[in-house]
Amino acid sequence: MIWLDVLVQGILLGGLYALFAAGLSLVFGIMRLVNLAHGDLIVLAAFVILLIVATTGLDPFLAALIAAGWLLQRLVLNRVLGRDILPPLLVTFGLSVALQNGMLEAFSADSRRLRVGALESASIGFGPVTVGTLPLLTFASAVVAIFVLNRIFYTTALGRAFRAVSDDPTTASLMGLNPRSVFAIATGLAMVIVTLAALYLGMRSNFDPSIGPARLLYAFQAVIIGGLGSLWGTLAGGAIIGVAQTLGAQINPEWQILAGHIAFLVVLLIRPRGLFPRAVD
Amino acid sequence: MRHSVTTRTRTSTVAGIAALALVILGLFLPAFATRSLIQDLFFILTMLTLAQLWNLIAGYGGMVSVGQQAFVGIGAYAMFAGVILWGWDPVPAILLGGAAAVLLAIPMAFFAFRLQGAYFAIGTWVIAEVTRLSVAQWKTLGGGTGTSLPREATANIMGVKAIAELFGVRDAAARDILAYRLALALAVGTMAAIYALLRARTGLALAAVRDNDNAARSVGVDARRIRWLVFLSAAAMTGLVGALIYVQTARVSPDAAFSVTSWTAYVIFIAVIGGMGRLEGPIVGVLVFWALQTAFADYGSWYLLALGILAILTMLFAPRGVWGLIHDRTGLALFPVQRRLVTDVSLT
Repeated sequence: MIWLDVLVQGILLGGLYALFAAGLSLVFGIMRLVNLAHGDLIVLAAFVILLIVATTGLDPFLAALIAAGWLLQRLVLNRVLGRDILPPLLVTFGLSVALQNGMLEAFSADSRRLRVGALESASIGFGPVTVGTLPLLTFASAVVAIFVLNRIFYTTALGRAFRAVSDDPTTASLMGLNPRSVFAIATGLAMVIVTLAALYLGMRSNFDPSIGPARLLYAFQAVIIGGLGSLWGTLAGGAIIGVAQTLGAQINPEWQILAGHIAFLVVLLIRPRGLFPRAVD
Repeated sequence: MRHSVTTRTRTSTVAGIAALALVILGLFLPAFATRSLIQDLFFILTMLTLAQLWNLIAGYGGMVSVGQQAFVGIGAYAMFAGVILWGWDPVPAILLGGAAAVLLAIPMAFFAFRLQGAYFAIGTWVIAEVTRLSVAQWKTLGGGTGTSLPREATANIMGVKAIAELFGVRDAAARDILAYRLALALAVGTMAAIYALLRARTGLALAAVRDNDNAARSVGVDARRIRWLVFLSAAAMTGLVGALIYVQTARVSPDAAFSVTSWTAYVIFIAVIGGMGRLEGPIVGVLVFWALQTAFADYGSWYLLALGILAILTMLFAPRGVWGLIHDRTGLALFPVQRRLVTDVSLT
């Protein structure tokens, strides 16, 4: 029974990683942008939530983050996007280090947490396995977020624009689309998911300014395992990393992270383009 | 009329002589420099070497690795293993660092060379993380918390006594001088080797592979062989630098030795700010890095924030870095690799 438990807990943990990864998957799938600051943006959002919780409501903050994502894309990332992946990679690396050290100065290196009272330790029994309410909620949120993103992607005009600029920006712009505006909207949308991910990051574990790069790695692993441009693939990728980590931790607590990385390397060794690639890179 | 192809210019001859003079000055600098200057120079030289090596594989070779910290870390740990487990002297143990880095680079290359672009970057990073986590399991070398070089080993490093007598300084200062001289040798050796490589046929082939893999193959360049050559040599040198840095630090931990920020992010910023794909770039970049660090020394991590923003601004407004700006304005190239056709008119 313990293996069933490991499997369930691992998949639920994968929900968290899929949430980390969904925004990245969107941005990477549409514009092949390797955002190395994605993890730090999640941590930043968690700190901002912490700040807002201490003061006011949540709505203006969400709007502010979307605006920040849109501006980031407009002012910075659009300028360096091109055939060469190096410039955006270096810019987001710069952003990552700037964010980490900025947060260190602003919020100190102390570990913080979003307190949600009884929900933190609540659990539900399903026959032989007991699952935490919060992990279950995280997984459900990941499924809903990916479902909604998929609906946007495949049934709306905006989604059509996303797919068009992803496949061929030049032809898309001949049809009257402005790829740069579309990219800016995509980054804005990704920041909504980042906010959601930050909420669960902050509620489920302690966070401090230095943990961004590790979250980025999990997220990227989920995206790559899932395959470029496949959002459900990202969820599957998150689940694979989650199960591998839980399994590793079951054998030896020090092997948790290592097991996740090795699962990623094995998948990449067998399928260099991931499990369910949609778009060509 | 006879024609020949050369990369040499009058400027490059002058620059070459000046570089030689600087190296000789550097060798005798410890006679009159303060200990803190020697320590600063050690830092500058090691970061410069790492930046040149990253520049070689990414700027010239087009392999954007975010996993160079794997070689620094494994180099440092191999050196520690040599000293602690087998009782080697720390200086020859540095060579173990280079060997260990090559041993790690071979499987890493087998794996990563199948990946393209972003996948290569993330793949190398994950392998570096796997190496860090595996090394953290190595209990005899301190596990996750790390360990220090034993006092007996640091007290009797070969050459330290001689340097102490030569310059009339204490042992601790003599150790800094020894580390500084080794760093100077590594930096000069690395840059000379890279320059020689770029001026040779291999350099042309490397640039061709970076710019268009298929086109390069079609004219008979063995792209695979050249990638392997460059990746493995850069790994070996990075391992040596890593080992040397930790001979000087004398204390190692997995988190510090395999730090992606210290050994890859800063190194990339140095190359980017100075100018990628040029030998002069990292030299300018490391000076900017050091100046920032010195200027903001009293303000905690603000200089790292400044460094990150500076790297972003450089990519946005001067993508070819400070040296790119200088080169565009003046055409100055201290270490040119561009081939020029020279016609010898005197023979007509």
